[in-house]
Amino acid sequence: MINKVRPHISQNEALLFERSSPGKRAYQLPRLDVPEVDAGALLGAANVRSGIEGFPEVSEVEAIRHFTRLSTWNYAIDYGMYPLGSCTMKYNPRINELVARIDGLAWAHPYQPEALSQGCMEVMARVESALAEITGMDAVTLQPAAGAHGELTGILLIRALLERRGNPRKKILIPDSAHGTNPATAAIAGYAVENIKSGENGALDVNALEQLVTEDVAALMVTNPNTLGVFEHNIIQASEILHRKGALLYMDGANMNALVGIARPGDFGVDVMHLNLHKTFSTPHGGGGPGAGPVAVKKQFEPFLPIPRIRRAAKKLIYDYKLKYSIGRVRAFYGNFGVLVRALAYILAHGGPGLRNATVDAVLNAVYIRKKLEPYYDLPYPSPNMHEVVFSDKRQEAHGLHTGDLAKRLIDYGFHPYTVSFPLIVHGALMIEPTETEGKLEIDQFVEAMISIAHEAETDPQTVKTAPHGTRTSRVDEVSAARKPVLRWKPI
Amino acid sequence: MLDACGVASAEELFAHLPEAARLNRPLALDPGISEYEIVDYFKKRAAHNANGYTSFLGAGVYHHYRPVLVDAVVSRGEFLTSYTPYQAEIAQGTLTTIFEFQTMMCQLTGMDVANASMYDGSTALPEAAMMAVRATGKGRVLVARNVHPEYREVLRTYARHQGMPVVEFGYVAETGAVDLEDLERHIDPLTAAVIVQSPNFFGVIDQVKAAAEVAHKHGALLIMVFTEAVSLGILEPPADADIVAGELQSFAISPCYGGPFAGVIATKEKFMRQLPGRLVGQTVDSRGNRAFCLTLSTREQHIRREKATSNICTNQALIALMATVFMTVYGKQGLRELALQNLAKANYLADKSQRRFTAPCFNEFVARVEGQSPDELNKALLKTRIIGGLPLAKHYPELSDCVLLCSTEMTPRESMDLVATALASKKPVEVQA
Amino acid sequence: MYPDNFRYTKEHEWVMVAGDSATIGITHHAQEELGDIVYVDLPKVGAQLAQGKSLGSVESVKAVSDVYSPLSGEVIEINGALADKPESLNQDPHGAAWLVKVKLSNPGEIESLMTASDYAAYVGAEK
Repeated sequence: MINKVRPHISQNEALLFERSSPGKRAYQLPRLDVPEVDAGALLGAANVRSGIEGFPEVSEVEAIRHFTRLSTWNYAIDYGMYPLGSCTMKYNPRINELVARIDGLAWAHPYQPEALSQGCMEVMARVESALAEITGMDAVTLQPAAGAHGELTGILLIRALLERRGNPRKKILIPDSAHGTNPATAAIAGYAVENIKSGENGALDVNALEQLVTEDVAALMVTNPNTLGVFEHNIIQASEILHRKGALLYMDGANMNALVGIARPGDFGVDVMHLNLHKTFSTPHGGGGPGAGPVAVKKQFEPFLPIPRIRRAAKKLIYDYKLKYSIGRVRAFYGNFGVLVRALAYILAHGGPGLRNATVDAVLNAVYIRKKLEPYYDLPYPSPNMHEVVFSDKRQEAHGLHTGDLAKRLIDYGFHPYTVSFPLIVHGALMIEPTETEGKLEIDQFVEAMISIAHEAETDPQTVKTAPHGTRTSRVDEVSAARKPVLRWKPI
Repeated sequence: MLDACGVASAEELFAHLPEAARLNRPLALDPGISEYEIVDYFKKRAAHNANGYTSFLGAGVYHHYRPVLVDAVVSRGEFLTSYTPYQAEIAQGTLTTIFEFQTMMCQLTGMDVANASMYDGSTALPEAAMMAVRATGKGRVLVARNVHPEYREVLRTYARHQGMPVVEFGYVAETGAVDLEDLERHIDPLTAAVIVQSPNFFGVIDQVKAAAEVAHKHGALLIMVFTEAVSLGILEPPADADIVAGELQSFAISPCYGGPFAGVIATKEKFMRQLPGRLVGQTVDSRGNRAFCLTLSTREQHIRREKATSNICTNQALIALMATVFMTVYGKQGLRELALQNLAKANYLADKSQRRFTAPCFNEFVARVEGQSPDELNKALLKTRIIGGLPLAKHYPELSDCVLLCSTEMTPRESMDLVATALASKKPVEVQA
Repeated sequence: MYPDNFRYTKEHEWVMVAGDSATIGITHHAQEELGDIVYVDLPKVGAQLAQGKSLGSVESVKAVSDVYSPLSGEVIEINGALADKPESLNQDPHGAAWLVKVKLSNPGEIESLMTASDYAAYVGAEK
């Protein structure tokens, strides 16, 4: 058995509240250089709390040990590959962290005078221009805080444009292979969702599209390459069908890691799209966020973009709030600036040729994995894949195992599981995306692990079914967690 | 590897793409540069920003000291480069810290449950409003005019297409707190929620309890918003609120020109299933050991799709971790002491200024500027490397002679004295440093 | 397995009529498909139900399923025990874990529903 990463060095670490003791402290405030105040007298006794019941009281060394020990219970990119499809878990360059912490950037207040914020505005303008070039679009807004937020912004832009034309229309078409944020977003934007079934080959069915696009359809939300990792070869035709009927094409940019430098959405008919900087552009996932979801649009959408816009005026950058038809703000201030800095550092480090190379490597890695695993796992759709590949658990199901079980067994081999059970159009999906970060060594280890699991499925399914075995925590009881939710600690 | 793929060159892997979709030129981006050139680039940008200034800006983003332990913890690769904790067995680190975060949010706000973070306070607000609409089955929301102007803008953007009318009610000109009579005039049986902020945009500690009484009397929920989390170190938690939505930037999150930040929504137990965003719950593993996992996932987009409580997927986990470490470092005593220092600092400056409002404030207050315009005052202050308070004319025309001044534990007394002198001079002067 | 005195829908609900009122639940097949049930969302007493329209939902850890009313009427009672023990839906879906009782507004609708043997064949065929 391959011995790779074994985390969970520390076994037992109680919660902060269980380690607390009155009077322990980890802080030291400066001496006050102004007179002290009596809070009760100043604010009124009723407004002053008696204390923060149950709040932790630990020493500094206990604090650092607590979090350090907890950290050893996590898997991370720094340990090894995350083959998570559609997540693009690439290396998070440490240079990003360094530059984001430069004082003049990190301490900048969004309401500083524009004359004293030119540096921040320059960074934002540079990011806008780089993303516009990469996507082949005309304008970019950096306000959205994450992909789903970008999707909402994008659909609101579509609504605003159609409203201006006289009819916002009623529904949005979404493929059955789409990420869950797509329909959730459409609903928040006030549209009804109509599902469009994928064709026999898992691709967008343009005949079905032709039937479904009516005067009531505002847009089609598409992911390209789709969630099977396959390029939608009919995408240009699809955009023409939509445009003929006055509808628009929205692209979910989650899979841009297959396209940067190779193909640009603006060139194949996309009107509005979002990007995930925490996927394609290397900003760290941090256990669930932050991200950033900039939205790139064709010229016709510019008047509707969120305010303010950055403009060049003589020798400086200024904010323009005078967009009469703007959809308004989608969040306070300007965007996740700290994430934009990291993304720009990534773009600067790679440059044009480097970004293209990354895409080529990402696709090469995924196709290699496909070829190596095809003899062992069922491949439901035979079309050429790009940066990710989707298998199904059909062969292993014969032995009573599902994709979730196989994923848990992968943990014992020192890898994070691939994406389980998504997309929904594949029964028992295994979605694998290596990214360009992984070298042959790591990928070969991954392939060996997957092949070994395929064998175990036949010879020793029980071990797979009850995996993982090497972790500090075995499979957790998600059913009880949902039946009787305990969402906070309470003293006994 | 190319052999295994059955191709002679990597370029062949793209041969199946339709020609018309291909980019047939290199990207018009400069070639890649070295690490130190990247650092140099950003240092030059940083030099074009304010450096070495003392700032009196608050208005939703606050300058508080960031304990060094915060970056020491979040820079660990296990936290920085890990993924959303869907696979509980190898994410107990993240899950445990989120559980601790959720707990501390409840302890601070007096609510029963809290989620694992939203993008920021400004987007947590419309999510809270949508929650109230779901919970009450009613469609209308009322929001006080002294809630942060940009938060209200975001609320309107979200509300526009949900069939959720948003109506504003005023504040009392003398006190700066919400106008309860105006609230009574606007509320009706169709109101799902009343939204107030405390401390409000003017820094005033607002009438949350009284507003809640009015709301509840009419069958509406009370949503309380906060932008200055440090205030919870000393202020009585809003027990009368039904939903609390707030911004945690004050807890060791760099101002970073406006983001990334971390919002939170906390609520009473009965509204638990209406909460958007991720939730971590306590459970056991197969050996009976305590463990944590994401739970109540059926609320979320990946399962309920168009009927989800929200479309949120990626949240602000790492940022919330910064806040968790901050809260741990300061702890029960420290957060209170920190809040008292903030109160003392702002009070010192306010005593030397012309307060515009009579109600008590936390670490921000509105000051009247006489004999000069707020812009002229700020221009003079810049010359002594002080960034003055936010002029309020843009969002509150009736307060166009006022600025919003913020003092925190980081604001030196000398700077406050300079600002006080400039205010007291009542005419545009060259302020001598 | 499937009681003869019940009628069934294609969406896997059952209904037992008694005079002008009826008891509604989900079938054994439904709870098996869902897996461990963690939560049940029921309408309020007094709610008006329409045949074929959703009356609430049943949740497992990873899925949610709408429950569609087999008949039209007004909700007169809901099964409060399900709030504390949603797992009883897995244990006794045709008995103790009924969902709601309704006063029927159009008893004739019962004719459009499947008999026990039709339903057994239907789910047999689905498998």
